[in-house]
Amino acid sequence: MNFETIIGLEVHAQLLTKSKMFCRCSADYASAPPNTRVCPVCLGMPGVLPVINQKAVEYAIMTALALNCTISDYTKFDRKNYPYPDLMKGYQISQYDAPIGHHGWLIIEVNGEKKKVDITRVHLEEDVAKLVHCAPPGGESYSLVDVNRAGVPLMEIVGEPGLRSPEEARQYLIKLRSILQYLGVSTGNMEEGSFRCDANISIRPENSPDSLAKVEVKNMNSFKAVYLAMEYEAKRQRKVVAEGKRLVQETRGWVEEKGETVSQRSKEYAHDYRYFPEPDLPPLVLNREWVEEIGAKLPELPEARRHRFVAEYKLPLYDANLLTSSILTADYFEACMTRPPQSLSPKKHAKPVANWIIGEFSRLLNATNTEINESKVSPVALFDLVQLISEGSISGTSAKLVFEEMFKTGRSPGDIVSERGLSQISDTEEIEKDVIAVIKSNNQAVADYKAGKAPALKFLVGQVMRATKGRANPKVVNELLKQKLEEK
Amino acid sequence: MIINQLTIHEAHRLLKAKELSSVELTKACLERICQVEPKVRALVTVTNELALSQARKADELMATGNTNPLTGIPVVIKDNMCTKGIPTTCSSRMLENFVPPYDAMVVEKLNGCGVVVAGKANMDEFAMGSSTEHSALFTTHNPWDLSRVPGGSSGGSAVAVAAGEAVYALGSDTGGSIRQPAGFCSVTGLKPTYGRVSRYGLVAFASSLDQIGPLTQDVTDCALVLNVIAGYDARDSTSVPYPTPDYTQCLTTDLNRLRIGVPKEYFVEGMQAEVEIAIKAAIRKLEELGATIDYEVSLPHTPYALAAYYIIAPSEASANLARYDGVKYGFSYSDADSMWEAMEKTRQYGFGAEVKRRIMLGTYALSAGYYDAWYLKAQKVRTLIRREFDQAFDKFDALVTPTSPTVPFKIGEKIDDPLQMYLSDVCTLPINIAGLPAISIPAGFADGLPIGMQIIGKPFSEETILNIAHAYQQATDWHKRRPDV
Repeated sequence: MNFETIIGLEVHAQLLTKSKMFCRCSADYASAPPNTRVCPVCLGMPGVLPVINQKAVEYAIMTALALNCTISDYTKFDRKNYPYPDLMKGYQISQYDAPIGHHGWLIIEVNGEKKKVDITRVHLEEDVAKLVHCAPPGGESYSLVDVNRAGVPLMEIVGEPGLRSPEEARQYLIKLRSILQYLGVSTGNMEEGSFRCDANISIRPENSPDSLAKVEVKNMNSFKAVYLAMEYEAKRQRKVVAEGKRLVQETRGWVEEKGETVSQRSKEYAHDYRYFPEPDLPPLVLNREWVEEIGAKLPELPEARRHRFVAEYKLPLYDANLLTSSILTADYFEACMTRPPQSLSPKKHAKPVANWIIGEFSRLLNATNTEINESKVSPVALFDLVQLISEGSISGTSAKLVFEEMFKTGRSPGDIVSERGLSQISDTEEIEKDVIAVIKSNNQAVADYKAGKAPALKFLVGQVMRATKGRANPKVVNELLKQKLEEK
Repeated sequence: MIINQLTIHEAHRLLKAKELSSVELTKACLERICQVEPKVRALVTVTNELALSQARKADELMATGNTNPLTGIPVVIKDNMCTKGIPTTCSSRMLENFVPPYDAMVVEKLNGCGVVVAGKANMDEFAMGSSTEHSALFTTHNPWDLSRVPGGSSGGSAVAVAAGEAVYALGSDTGGSIRQPAGFCSVTGLKPTYGRVSRYGLVAFASSLDQIGPLTQDVTDCALVLNVIAGYDARDSTSVPYPTPDYTQCLTTDLNRLRIGVPKEYFVEGMQAEVEIAIKAAIRKLEELGATIDYEVSLPHTPYALAAYYIIAPSEASANLARYDGVKYGFSYSDADSMWEAMEKTRQYGFGAEVKRRIMLGTYALSAGYYDAWYLKAQKVRTLIRREFDQAFDKFDALVTPTSPTVPFKIGEKIDDPLQMYLSDVCTLPINIAGLPAISIPAGFADGLPIGMQIIGKPFSEETILNIAHAYQQATDWHKRRPDV
């Protein structure tokens, strides 16, 4: 029997508000020593009360609008009850049946095909404290609680189970993250935990409406992990069924080192969260005008920017796609484009700049695990490098060396070129000496050329380049060689 | 003149006239505490030194003339309102050693007036109870008869005022916890409209029902305290941004044009005859004072209020009390083999029986499969009760009922019968369900035991009920009688 894979993703994104969800503590929890960004409210002390962070509501509305959601006129907060030492009040303030936004969708592209994925809801809640588990060798293990993170605004985006493959899941996450980044509401950093993903995955016989047991997968800390975990789970579930066994509804954790999922708890032990309306917060009635105002101020989203890049910079769709998938890359590209002096058209170098960003630059960024905005290469410097190449001041070969140096040291391409004597020689007289010398010392090749063997010219060009340490303009070398050989 | 029996307004006049100093007044109260506390046991903490230093500061403040009627006047605060640097126990083992690093909003406001805090008052553990017998620390005794309960949960606050340990007190009222002990101890106790006073720093029992209010010797004092504690607080999203009037302005003796309803459902079966007689007499007094009385008012959903209350309040409590797990503050069971065992034993030994009973009731009512039948149904009943009051208030300016169906009962009489205990709040619970303001004032005695009358108003009509209560007190002297202790 053939099975279809059914995947739905739940994403938790920390919001980039200055203060926490329900108190005035700084939400920048990671940069401070443990338990220093706390107050009675986020510590869950007796008698304290939550107050809603308006900016967080605004960010959730922005996100919901960008995801084509309907914004609720009436929304409210609820208490989600469960005991755990990282949960200061013994309940999490979340939203149960009246989320900020609902019934949205986003478009993903897989293998060149567009697909609409439905979004169930966008709601707000608060993050929990961080537990640090310690197990000293020979001693008793213990856990420490860092409350800095408790109360940081979290936005949960629940997707419908509309994804059909691990690749679709990956594309969904990439798209969703890029939207959050474009909106400026979250860093979307998965490794740091500011963008978290849980997955629900099941399989169902093709053409059947009923899925088999649904499995929730947790502990995936990168897009790659989500992809691999989904791939593993889809295979595992098929195997269980093929072996004639029954699939059980359960929660499984992704174990990165082993590359497999492991059962954590079955349905019988599922929590009963006993949701009920948060009595400390009156229902929130979202003013239509405010929502419209937020909608009118939404920044340009990836889709629109991609099309603008094609139209404005005459870039191929492929390049525009790659450049705009991350707001950082897109911003970097546009910063390069502001460099040209008035006399130069910005479009002139758009394609070569894009080539550098997509190619060599990306390669080095990946290799060093650096974000483009944290790189030492300024947009100005990259543009100048492209300009040097286009003027013929340096050769392509040299440019690569220069860029590596720029990437390492952050120095300007002009400085590197002059210091290392890499400027390209286009001066005919200077090159002529080397050309004559090469012709003299390579009789065989000269003879071959005259006999009509074309590759011989290439060989001779190579010899001249070598003699000039790669600095000669290959075009000039080519022409000079031909000219001299004809003369003979 | 017995100094510790002065009202706020009397003491303020003397302080202003320099005929009395705050230090003298405070010493009189502290001496009274030494004298009667072994008998009544109203206070969990007595803040002698703090009180005297605050009194000295108050006297300096009095000299500048920049004062409030509460300046320099000793107060006792129920031990569920957070006081910075002073233990706030909620009369529970769980918080016996808890010292808050912050003040409740009401405490901040009182301190802003230069008041003198004489101590923290005993209560039923986490405000759950009607007699203070559920205090995990000790039981408070009624000064009118030491073998009887003072009511609860603000029993310590009511006794402190009745026995002259402080000039006034703050209490909190979730289902009658200010009014019922006020009635049992013959003092004046006001539960303001839900949202009128900030709950910030009030240790939550049932968040949608809790409200802080004053317990005083008369209605004028009640208005003076409300003037200070009422008002919007940005830290409490359920507080209401209405302007706060000067509540003393409404204290006239004119009840003409006021329409008062007497809902028959509040004269319940099993009610003590003397209570009914006393309240009917008090109502006739209101009629004499000019009010129009309708004795035939019906609020048919009243009998369901108790059931709805005992689902909603425990449900909210089950979540509110989840934070006491021994991890962060308060009692922590240390001799455990695992984290879960430590958390469980902390709660097993940290909470008393009544608290655990309510946590279990609430947890059950919110559980999957039971939510609709219990919590949701109770909320619907709540809506009906509210609506019924709204309709009644189309016709009436206030409703009058007994505060409690009986006079104070014996210590130990109802402690093993939770349902009987719950029934002592049958006249006060519906008011919290509807979020209305209500005041209990002394309205007579039966065999030397106090009887309280409850006056209920529309939302944010504290002025109306204070006016009625004040007119009644001007015409009677029940509130001036003192227990002989």
